[in-house]
Amino acid sequence: MSSVVMDTLRPSRATVTPERPALAAPKVSSIGTRALLLEAPGAFELRHQKRIWAVADEVEKWADVEEAVLGVTNLLVVFSKPPRDLEATRVALIDAWHRLPEKAVSGRIHQIPVIYGGELGSDLAAVSAYSGLPPEEIIAIHCAGEYTVCAIGSSPGFGYLHGLDPRIFMPRKTVPSLRMLKGTVTIGGMQAGISVNTGPNGWNAIGWAATPMFDLDKTPPCLLAPGDQIRFLAERIEL
Amino acid sequence: MIEIVSTLPLNTVQDLGRFGARHHGVSTSGVMDPVAFTVGNVLLGNPDNAAGIEVQTFPFVVRFLADTSFAVTGADTAATLDDHDLPPWWSTTARRGQTLTLRPPASGARAYLTVAGGIDVPVILGSRSTHLRSEFGGLCGRSLEQGDMLRTLEAETSPWKPGGLGVVPPTFALPVTNGRVLPVRVLKAGEYDLFPEEMQDRFWSTEWKITHHSDRGGYRLSGNPLKLAAPVEMRSYGLVAGIVQVPPSGEPIIQLSDANTAGGYPKIAAVIEADLWRLGQARLGSLIRFEEATYEAAVEAMAPVADYVARIRRTADLYRSL
Repeated sequence: MSSVVMDTLRPSRATVTPERPALAAPKVSSIGTRALLLEAPGAFELRHQKRIWAVADEVEKWADVEEAVLGVTNLLVVFSKPPRDLEATRVALIDAWHRLPEKAVSGRIHQIPVIYGGELGSDLAAVSAYSGLPPEEIIAIHCAGEYTVCAIGSSPGFGYLHGLDPRIFMPRKTVPSLRMLKGTVTIGGMQAGISVNTGPNGWNAIGWAATPMFDLDKTPPCLLAPGDQIRFLAERIEL
Repeated sequence: MIEIVSTLPLNTVQDLGRFGARHHGVSTSGVMDPVAFTVGNVLLGNPDNAAGIEVQTFPFVVRFLADTSFAVTGADTAATLDDHDLPPWWSTTARRGQTLTLRPPASGARAYLTVAGGIDVPVILGSRSTHLRSEFGGLCGRSLEQGDMLRTLEAETSPWKPGGLGVVPPTFALPVTNGRVLPVRVLKAGEYDLFPEEMQDRFWSTEWKITHHSDRGGYRLSGNPLKLAAPVEMRSYGLVAGIVQVPPSGEPIIQLSDANTAGGYPKIAAVIEADLWRLGQARLGSLIRFEEATYEAAVEAMAPVADYVARIRRTADLYRSL
């Protein structure tokens, strides 16, 4: 079933939608009666992501925390019941952000073979046209990148990857593909991705990978974990 | 065992939700009206989280293949057991071979069929809830279909004496004042202040319509659009049910049970937990308006709901022990 409210289907304009103005200081805001969101200040930096990982590890030990959910330089904290003293809880989160060192992660390295172009990478030509680079070079740049898994979220096993070369940034599509195949290797704005569900998708398809990202028969079910590294390998190129 | 005699799409097995799996990118799912669902289980002496059936398309007809105590709560579906009328929010014991029919509700959107012991489907990542988009949970990760057979777990309580037990629905026990427009209390969320004052006023004053492009994933609202000076997007952040986001179109989306676990639209408000069940019963095409709540008010609002359920629990346990 396709949901009508998929947040990944943001219509795009001619340029990448600007980010909300960078925060001058870490911010904690309400996102539900039992949930707070901690956001790192400044532009995206991997060292901030590493600090968010450290805060997540710490708050998971708090007695009243039901779930700590990583985002991209932010952390959703869901409590088992509403914090008695909300202000003290906010202060504790900000304090954890300032106090904790970056988490040192030696994640796994995943080599993901990709069939670039062809039917399952049908937006390669559009990426080429947008960037002014030939398709071969798009592929070379995509394969040369070292990507860090910042967080798992949105859909089962989907990794938010940092490390896409700015030369191949590509706005999300104005009209989403209605049935993009699971495993499609994508570029959405400033992010690289590997889709995990077959269905509507607003990111640009440049190839396809057979590697399963989510398997309920495995523990944990996700192939990727925060801190892991990804390298894409050109298994085949169909131009 | 119960047999699905007749159903339309989108009726699924649900429990309270798949909590603790968001870090796998797995949605919480779970019932849209946790109050009705919990009362259904409480009436039967089940654990609150025992799996039941969320019915959101009607008619829905099941046959009991063994004597089974059950409850029907939520939307008023003019239910009948064979040809006997079953009052709303009622629990009784069906005899083997009897047929339960739920009809299109005159009010409310979703009905819950709970059975003594609960529906026996595999527990996946801590829950029996169906998530259709992920194609897992519930019965084979899909909507129920005609001919499906659902096993029930062993009941912890004995069958009802003749008649059974009913309760006052929460729309009467916990009424809201305005009949035509549902007031929904919200906390201001992270990007509220990014919106110009005129747009903030518009957010509060607009009677928002729940469009037909709404489902368990979320409600898309229509009304006078909320515009930022320039569109922005956020770095992806974790979502919880009730978050009110404003996509570039300016028409808000309330993310609900089957929402993706993360998103990047600016968020203007968050529906307080105590009002989520009312949204779960709000019908497509109906109107809502947002009312600001303080954090303290959001927390206090949980007590009357908890008290309502607690009263029913005491009554049901007492009645069963007589």
